[in-house]
Amino acid sequence: MALLTLMAFAFYLGRRRSLTVVGGRSGVKNLHSLPAYYGFYTALWAGLPALLVAGLWLSFEGSIITTLVVDGLPAEMRDTDPGRLGLLVNDIKNLASGNIVSAHVDETMQRAADHLNELRSVGRMALGVVVLSIALAAGALAWRAIGPKMRARNRVEFIVNGLLIASSLIAILTTVGIVLSVLFESFRFFHKIPLTDFLFGLEWSPQIALRADQVGASGAFGAVPLFAGTLLVSFIALLVAVPIGLMSAIYLADYAGPKLRSYAKPVLEVLAGVPTVVYGFFAALTLAPAIRNLGESVGLVVSSESALAAGLVMGVMIIPFVSSLSDDVINAVPQSLRDASYALGATRSETIRRVVLPAALPGIMGGVLLAASRAIGETMIVVMAAGLSANLTANPLESVTTVTVQIVTLLVGDQEFDSAKTLAAFALGLLLFVVTLGLNIVALHIVRKYREQYE
Amino acid sequence: MAVRDEENDMTTAETVIADADLVGAKVRSKAGSRPLDNDFKTIGEVRVNDPRMSCTDVNVFYGDKHAIKHVDLDIAQNQVIAMIGPSGCGKSTFLRCLNRMNDTIDICNVTGEIRLDEVDIYDRKLDVVPLRAQVGMVFQKPNPFPKSIYENIAYGPRIHGLAASRAELDEVVERSLAKAGLWEEVKDRLDQPGTGLSGGQQQRLCIARTIAVDPEVILMDEPCSALDPIATAKVEELIDELRENYTIAIVTHSMQQAARVSQRTAYFHLGHLVEVGDTTQIFTNPRHKLTEDYITGRFG
Amino acid sequence: MSEPDKSTARTIDIVEASLKRRYARERRFKLMGLGAVLLGLLFVTLLFFDIVSKGYTAFVQTHIALEVYFDPAVIDPDGKRDMAEIARADFRKIAREPLAKLFPEVTSRGDKRALYSMLSSGAPYQLSKMVMKEPGLIGTRQVVDLVADDDVDMVVKGNIDRNAPAADRRVNDQMIGWISKLEADGVVKKKFNTRFFTNGDSREPELAGIGGAAAGSFYTLLVTLLLSFPIGVAAAVYLEEFAPKNRWTDLIEVNINNLAAVPSIVFGLLGLAMFINLFGLPRSAPLVGGLVLTLMTLPTIIIAARASLKSVPPSIREAALGVGASKMQTVFHHVLPLAMPGMLTGTIIGMAQALGETAPLLMIGMVAFIVDIPGGPLDPSTVLPVQVYLWADSPERAFVERTSAAILVLLAFLIAMNTFAVIMRRRFERRW
Repeated sequence: MALLTLMAFAFYLGRRRSLTVVGGRSGVKNLHSLPAYYGFYTALWAGLPALLVAGLWLSFEGSIITTLVVDGLPAEMRDTDPGRLGLLVNDIKNLASGNIVSAHVDETMQRAADHLNELRSVGRMALGVVVLSIALAAGALAWRAIGPKMRARNRVEFIVNGLLIASSLIAILTTVGIVLSVLFESFRFFHKIPLTDFLFGLEWSPQIALRADQVGASGAFGAVPLFAGTLLVSFIALLVAVPIGLMSAIYLADYAGPKLRSYAKPVLEVLAGVPTVVYGFFAALTLAPAIRNLGESVGLVVSSESALAAGLVMGVMIIPFVSSLSDDVINAVPQSLRDASYALGATRSETIRRVVLPAALPGIMGGVLLAASRAIGETMIVVMAAGLSANLTANPLESVTTVTVQIVTLLVGDQEFDSAKTLAAFALGLLLFVVTLGLNIVALHIVRKYREQYE
Repeated sequence: MAVRDEENDMTTAETVIADADLVGAKVRSKAGSRPLDNDFKTIGEVRVNDPRMSCTDVNVFYGDKHAIKHVDLDIAQNQVIAMIGPSGCGKSTFLRCLNRMNDTIDICNVTGEIRLDEVDIYDRKLDVVPLRAQVGMVFQKPNPFPKSIYENIAYGPRIHGLAASRAELDEVVERSLAKAGLWEEVKDRLDQPGTGLSGGQQQRLCIARTIAVDPEVILMDEPCSALDPIATAKVEELIDELRENYTIAIVTHSMQQAARVSQRTAYFHLGHLVEVGDTTQIFTNPRHKLTEDYITGRFG
Repeated sequence: MSEPDKSTARTIDIVEASLKRRYARERRFKLMGLGAVLLGLLFVTLLFFDIVSKGYTAFVQTHIALEVYFDPAVIDPDGKRDMAEIARADFRKIAREPLAKLFPEVTSRGDKRALYSMLSSGAPYQLSKMVMKEPGLIGTRQVVDLVADDDVDMVVKGNIDRNAPAADRRVNDQMIGWISKLEADGVVKKKFNTRFFTNGDSREPELAGIGGAAAGSFYTLLVTLLLSFPIGVAAAVYLEEFAPKNRWTDLIEVNINNLAAVPSIVFGLLGLAMFINLFGLPRSAPLVGGLVLTLMTLPTIIIAARASLKSVPPSIREAALGVGASKMQTVFHHVLPLAMPGMLTGTIIGMAQALGETAPLLMIGMVAFIVDIPGGPLDPSTVLPVQVYLWADSPERAFVERTSAAILVLLAFLIAMNTFAVIMRRRFERRW
C-alpha cells in the first residue's frame, strides 16, 4: 500500500522535474518524450525493484523462518525423524498464532513459538524498511537522471516490454513448475518403491503403509489396477460420448433445420459448462442407485459404486467436447468434395459416410484423443461415483478406482509429507501428466496437419 | 412473370454477380453491355430435332436476385454444346440447373421446365439421385476424393450397385480410366491416393469417375480453368472422344476452347441467353452486337 | 465400347432397383443422428430436472411456532440485565418448555429427549439472539418460529415417507405422531430459508448454509481475476503484437495450448508442492486457491485475448504507426481498447470455469469443515463446488436437498456469467 502511494508520488515528481528541467510548460517541445513518460519512468524505478525484493522475501519467508526455529530447538528434539519434526513445527506454528494444539505444550515449545513470533515480526519490519528504502533510493536515482535528452518513452517502453515478456513466460514457468514439483516428489517416491513395482505391480493398497509404518513395512504400490480402472471408466465414457457427439454434430450440421440447430447447439453446450462436481453428484446419488436397482431387478450383482455409472456420466460430460471438435473438423471438409459426391448421385448419408467422414477421419481421431485425455484426467466424477477399492477387473458393474481418485484420497487431509503414501500421489500425478501431455501433443499435431491439408 | 423494372433488373444482376471483371467489362464497352429487355428473345435456333435435354423459360433466383432470365435451350444428342459469356453471366448457374446441383444451395430457387428425355427434372416427385446418375458433372477445380485412384472411380458404381462382383468392378474401373485416357498412366498405381496426381491427371480422374456411372449427359463447368495448356489439350481431346457416347454441355471462359471442342455454342449475358447457334456460325458470323463484341474480345 | 443407349438403360434400371434400399439406409442414418441429438438434450433435461426436483425444497425450512415464555428466572436470575450473563443462560430450557407443555403425556426421560430433538440445536441460539437484541423481551410471552430439526423437516416436506415400514425410515412412529399433531394444530410452518444463504457450514443440515463457501468462492475468484486478467492480457499482447516469430515463441505457444488441456488435478499438485510446501503459504486459503486457478485459467484467457487481438484489422495499426506513434503506443492506445470486449468475454468464461473447479482445490486443503465465514483471502475457507462435494458425502437425507440447492445456486451464478459473456459478445461484436 505504502509502495503504491510512493509510486504515485514518484510519478508526480518525475513528471514535474521533467517540466522544470526544460523550464515549464512552454519547454515541453524540448523534451524527448511527453512529461508523463518521465513520471512513469520514475514510478517504475521506485516500484519494481522494491516489489521484486518484497515478492522474493514473502515467498521464502516461511521456509527460512521454519529453518531458523528448528535450529533454535534443543538438539534432542531436532533429531527425531522428519515426519515428527514436521508435526512439531506445525504445533509450534499453531501455538504461535494462538490456536489449539494437538500435543501438550511444554516449555521448549512455548519458547520456540515465541521465537517464531519474534522472528516473524522482525522479518516483517526489516522487510518494510528494506523495501521502502530500495524504493526511495531507486526512485531518487531515476529522478536525478531526468533531463531533456533522456529518452524516457523508449526506456519506459523497454521496461513494459520486459513485463510483457515476463507475463508470457509464466505459461512456461507453470509447465516447468508442474514438471519440477511432480518430478521431485516422484523421485523421492521411487527412492522408496522401485519404479518397476509401481508400474507393473498388480496390487494397490497404500493404506497399509500408514498403519504399518512404525514397523517399517510399506504397503503395496502396484499401479496396474489403477491404470485398468482409469482405462475402463474412460473407455465407457468414450463409448458414450463419441457416437453421440459425432452423430449429433453430423445431424446438426447436415440435416437439422436452422431453428433446431439454433436451439439444440447451445443447450448441448450447457453440458460443457456444468461443473464436474455436479456430474459427480448426479452419478453418485441418482445414476448409481438407479443402475444398481436395475441390475438387481434382472438378477445382476451391481456395486453401488460401479464403473458403469461413473463412465456413463463422464461420457455425457464429454459429449459437447466431441461434438464441437467434430463439427469443426467436418466443416473443414471442402464443399467441392461433397459436390463431387452429390453429382455422382450419392444420397446425403452416402456422401457423409463414404466421403466426408473418411476425409475427416484424422481430425476426428485427434478429437477423440483429446477427449480421451479429458476422460483420463477427470477427477470429481470418479472421486464421487467410482470406488476406492483397487479391483483389477474389466466388469463395468464392479467398483474400480482410478489414478485421479487415488491422488485425491492419498493427499486430502494428510499433513505429513514424507510417507510413501503421499509421495505416491505425486508419482501418479507425474504419470497422469505425462500420459495426458503425450495424448494432447499427438492429438494437436494430428488436428493441425489435418487443417493444413485443406488450407 | 410480370415485367419488371429495367433499372431494378440491372442492379440485381450486378449484385448477383458482384464480380470485378464484369464491372470492368461494363466500363470498357458501354454500348455493348446495355442491359437487355426482360422479354428479350434469344437469337438463333434454340430448338433442335430429337433433343436430349430441353429447357423452357428457366429462371433462377438467388434469394430475390434474378440470376437466369427466361432461358429456352435444347441440348442435342451426342453433341458438345459450349456455353460462353463474361464472368458471372449465369452460364455456370444454368449448367448446375441441369442436374439440380443448385439444390445444395438453400436460397437458390429455379422455375420453368427442364426435360430430360421428356421427364421434367424439376417435378416434385422426381428423385435427384437417379437423375444425377444420368446427368454427371465435372467441376472447375479437380476434386478427387482423398482416397486411392481405384476407390475414386469405384465410388459411383459402388453406391449405385452397378457392379455385381469385384471382377466386374475392376472392369468398370479399367474401362472408365481407359475412356478418360488415364489407364496407361495410372494402371500400376491404382492404390495410390488420387490427390497425388498432377492437376491434369486429377481432372481426367474426375472425368473417369463421372463416366464410371455411365451417365447420359455430362456437364463440365470450366473443366480446364485450373490446368496448364498441355493438360488442357489432353482434356479437350478427351471431350471430343467422349462425344461419341455422351451428350456434353461445357461451360468455358475460353472462346478458343469453345471453338475447338463444341458443335453448338450458346452466348450468355447478364442472365440472358443472347444467342445460340452452330459454333462456326457464332464465331464467324455472330448476329447480335453483344456476341460480336464478346468474341472479338472487346470485353469479357 | 458398348452401345450408349443400351448401357445407359441398364444403368438407370440398376439405380432405380436399389433406390428403395438406399433410401431406407438414408432414413436410418438420419434417425440415428436425430436420436443422438435428442439423447443429448434428454441428458440435459434429466440432469436439471433431477437437481431441481431434489433441491428446490431446501429454499424453505420447516419451523415450529411455539409460544415461548422468556422466563426471567432462567435468563436473568439476578435481574441485572448483564449481557454476558444473559448469553450464558440456558436457553435450551426456554425452547423446550413450550414443547413439553404441548405434549404433557410425554414423561419418560427417553421420550422427552426424543421430543426435544424435534427442535434444531440452533433453536436456543435463535432465542438467545432475540433476547440479546431486545432485552425487553424478558418476562414476556412470544410466539416464535423455532427452527425444526432436519428429520422433522424431511417428514414435513415428504422426503421421508410416513407410510413406509418403520424399519426403513430414520424417524420412528412416535415422532411421526407428534409431527402430525403439530401439523393438525397448525403450528408447523415453512418459511423462506435465509439461513441457507447466510450461514457457514454446519453438522446440522437445518443450520448449514452456503454463506461461508460463497465468501470463499468470492475471495478465490477475486485473487484469480486480479492476477489472471492482467497477466493473460499482457502475455497475449506480447505474443500477438511484439514477439518475433522464432522457436521460443513457438514453444510458448505450444506450451499454452498444452497447458489448456492438462488435467486440473495436476495444477492442484503444483499448488501443493509449490505454493504450500515450498513457499509456505497457508493451507486452505483462498489466496492459494486463487493462485492455482490463475495458472489454470491463464491459457483460456490468453487464447481468447489473442483471438480478440487478431480480429483487430491491421489497417488500424498502420494508421496509428503512420502518424508517428511508437509500436507500444499503437498497441496501448488503439489496438487494446478495440480488443478489450473480446478479452473481457474470454475472461468471464475463464472465471466461470474457475468458479466450477473443484479438484485442484481439494489438493490444497480447501476441503476443511469450516463454520466461520472467511473475512479475507488468508482465512481458511472452502468454495461452493467443494461445499457441494462435502455435503454430497454426508449421510443425512437433508443434506441431499441442501447439496442440490447449493448446486442450483452455483449453476445460477455460472449461467449468469455465461449469459453476460454472450450478451457482451453480441453487443460488441464488430464486423470490419
